[in-house]
Amino acid sequence: MKNSRILIKNGRVIDPAANKDEISDILIDGGKIISVARDIKNGCRQVLDAAGKIVLPGLVDMHVHLRQPGREDKETIASGTAAALKGGVTSVLAMPNTLPAIDSLKNVSLLQGIIKKDAQANVFICGAISLGRQGKELVDLARMRKAGVLAFSDDGSSVDDAELLLKAFKKAREYKALIICHCEDKILSAGGVVNLGFTSTRLGLRGISRESEYKRIERDIALSVRAKAALHIAHVSCRESVEIIALAKKKGADLTCETAPHYFCLTEEAVLGYDTNMKINPPLRSKDDVLAIKQGLGDGTIDAIASDHAGHTENEKDIEFERAEFGTTGLETELAAAATELVHTGILDWRQLAAKMSLNPSRILGINKGALIVGRDADIVIVDPDKEWVVRKEDFISGSKNSAFTGRKFKGVVEYTICNGKIAYKTETG
Amino acid sequence: MNWTRKDLLGLEELSKVEIELILATAESFKEVSSREIKKVPALRGKTVVNLFYEPSTRTRVSFEVAAKRLSADVINIAAQESSVRKGETLVDTGKNIEALKADIIVVRHGASGAPALLARHVGLNVVNAGDGWHEHPTQALLDIFTLKEKLGRVEGLKVVIVGDIAHSRVARSNIWGLSKLGAKVCVCAPGMLIPPAIEEMGASISSDIDEALKGADAVNVLRMQFERDEEAAFPEKLEYFKNFGITKERLLRAKKDIIVMHPGPINRGIEISSEVADGANSVILEQVTNGIAVRMAVLFLVAQARDEKQPHTD
Amino acid sequence: MEKAKILDKEAVARSLTRIAHEIVEKNKGVDNLCLVGIRNRGVYLAQRLAVDIKRIENKDVPVGILDITLYRDDLTMISAQPVVHKTEIDFDIEGKVVVLVDDVLYTGRTIRAALDAMIDFGRPKSIQLAVLVDRGHRELPIRADYAGKNIPTAQNETVEVRLEEADDKDEVVIIEKHP
Repeated sequence: MKNSRILIKNGRVIDPAANKDEISDILIDGGKIISVARDIKNGCRQVLDAAGKIVLPGLVDMHVHLRQPGREDKETIASGTAAALKGGVTSVLAMPNTLPAIDSLKNVSLLQGIIKKDAQANVFICGAISLGRQGKELVDLARMRKAGVLAFSDDGSSVDDAELLLKAFKKAREYKALIICHCEDKILSAGGVVNLGFTSTRLGLRGISRESEYKRIERDIALSVRAKAALHIAHVSCRESVEIIALAKKKGADLTCETAPHYFCLTEEAVLGYDTNMKINPPLRSKDDVLAIKQGLGDGTIDAIASDHAGHTENEKDIEFERAEFGTTGLETELAAAATELVHTGILDWRQLAAKMSLNPSRILGINKGALIVGRDADIVIVDPDKEWVVRKEDFISGSKNSAFTGRKFKGVVEYTICNGKIAYKTETG
Repeated sequence: MNWTRKDLLGLEELSKVEIELILATAESFKEVSSREIKKVPALRGKTVVNLFYEPSTRTRVSFEVAAKRLSADVINIAAQESSVRKGETLVDTGKNIEALKADIIVVRHGASGAPALLARHVGLNVVNAGDGWHEHPTQALLDIFTLKEKLGRVEGLKVVIVGDIAHSRVARSNIWGLSKLGAKVCVCAPGMLIPPAIEEMGASISSDIDEALKGADAVNVLRMQFERDEEAAFPEKLEYFKNFGITKERLLRAKKDIIVMHPGPINRGIEISSEVADGANSVILEQVTNGIAVRMAVLFLVAQARDEKQPHTD
Repeated sequence: MEKAKILDKEAVARSLTRIAHEIVEKNKGVDNLCLVGIRNRGVYLAQRLAVDIKRIENKDVPVGILDITLYRDDLTMISAQPVVHKTEIDFDIEGKVVVLVDDVLYTGRTIRAALDAMIDFGRPKSIQLAVLVDRGHRELPIRADYAGKNIPTAQNETVEVRLEEADDKDEVVIIEKHP
């Protein structure tokens, strides 16, 4: 009897890579999946009864702000990865808008050092496109790529200088790196804080136009096509964006995109009452946009779901709406949110959900995750699909508690998260 | 009906019945200001704090007079001279005021939603005296009170609001209040000063003031704040007066007894001509008088809402 | 639960007529007199007294309306939120004899509030008090100059004065509150 072995019994195993959805057992040893079959003989001490449960490949969240180095008051590699595991996320892509920004080999190795020491889940690195994310000068993309940086983004800002971005695309193509674009034309978003329209008028707040997002998406697609480079568009929030992306994909652009749970769970009406946890960029949009996002997920236009997990301190959130920081946490709620809004409503089945939240982001990033196949890393999440729970501020383990979902009821809860072959999270009641 | 709200943050959230209760209460309070001794002991022992983050004389003074006529003690805090400058947050300031055992905070703030933030964090009664572009409920209530007093009703009236609607909290509160009471509101301004989807609040839109004034029972003229230069989209002053200014000539083509209102302070020769401001149709000074009665009513009602209800004898 | 009817329509009328006579007699005429009814039922009683006085003296006595809500000492404790109504005293009370009129005299607190209010309106020569029913249980040193009827009551009882102007009939009843 081997101690390091874990056997998951009788779960409904969902594997989008093998296009599989069936009751099966999974045997894990040495951090790897060593068998996926029915009735694996009980030859180990640790058996997890997954009858009635959903067994998914561990989630890969390609848009996470871990804030370290520099803003440890908001989040750290340790707290962020612990929160990830609680949410069923076994791999994250850490965004580079830290202090300092991840814009040099030196800062990459600084970050790698912290990851090695503190990370409880797999952390992949996204580097900045420009030095200090200032949009002026390109980083040393080639050497950073070689040091292990998978993708490059000035997330939080858009690269306004088209020449610079074009250069970045060309480099990225040469070194097989991914460019991720936060698409926002700051002139068009005009200092806005909520969706432009009835909501901004009603609240007397500056509005963020939809044009500020989709016009920039159009430009960035054109640039990537010109450079023949891959482009991934972050946090798509409105109908026009979905339509533009669908059209470009049809024309053969090397293009992928993601949305976040708040863009299919919440509308701009959530902002009424000036709840700053609902202050997010891009902003929560209209009912019609939510519909378009759901359609885009259903028809495959939107490839991935990522949390855009962005913790902020109370001091930065519990203030006047226009002064508060943008962003919501999301690691601990994304799977439940997606299960509730997409699977239980019939928009996606579990296989499609596992693709959006695990396999597709793995492929986009070029990492060997997102599948429940013999020989792969044993990153697995076991979900009770029908258990209902209410999101409570006091239950968050993330470094910050600014969740747009506080108070919301979800159906589907993570029972176990296995990361690299070890049980890394276990629900208290599960 | 009973008043149950601890705070008055805006007219959007009020029902028709609640607005009518404030107006009816204000009517009773108006009599107090006509007495020799203009004071009643209703809020004796209560402390009202005027917390103003934006310079304002008329609204602040109006609230101060209202509170004093109810026998409350009044403390004025102008943000410029308080600890705000030292970086104290609004919530901390509010909690400090609460610790002084004050009862009501009247807050004016440049950020939309600031009174709502304060109300979430303190147990005191919070009265919005104007927040950003959001709402200025007591101004709209006194406008509506004046209309009702002059014309005997609100329902069915046609009211034109002319000026910078996009950046006006007075406009927003008036649109909510008037439409809830069954008036027809038309907002009139150059296109760039009309905010998106304003018609969903219940207003119609016009960019032709002469057209808008046809058949109107009242026109509420907003102050044009040309100092808002950062907005860039502002029309030139004389151009504005020519196209939207309320002048005697314009009124000749409107209803003879049209009521002209202005929240003040007026810019003579920019949004309104002196002849009109001082003329027979103007009720601008009556608005000031009515403002006190309306604010007395609001202070009185919110102060009662907080107190615990106990059985009553006699 | 209604326990007993104390006054019927005729008895109410007789009581008021008697009070009217007493007012005229005590003040040796009505030249310097005014009536101020306390909202709500005191107002109707004051108006009826004015009619009775006119019949006796053939003189009009001014009648004012007083809303004491803003002067109550129990504003913060009362269950049903008071609606503030207008006070309408459109004559000068300076140097006048003011007869306050109310339906029931009980703890005396309403009258205390009314006295405060009256003094804010000016400096009358004197203030007198007329009530239809005095039910006892005073909490303040206040007494009625004119009372239609003294009714000893228990604390768990209330006295209800019903008047045609508000209640479609004239009567005074004792109601027993459920424990």
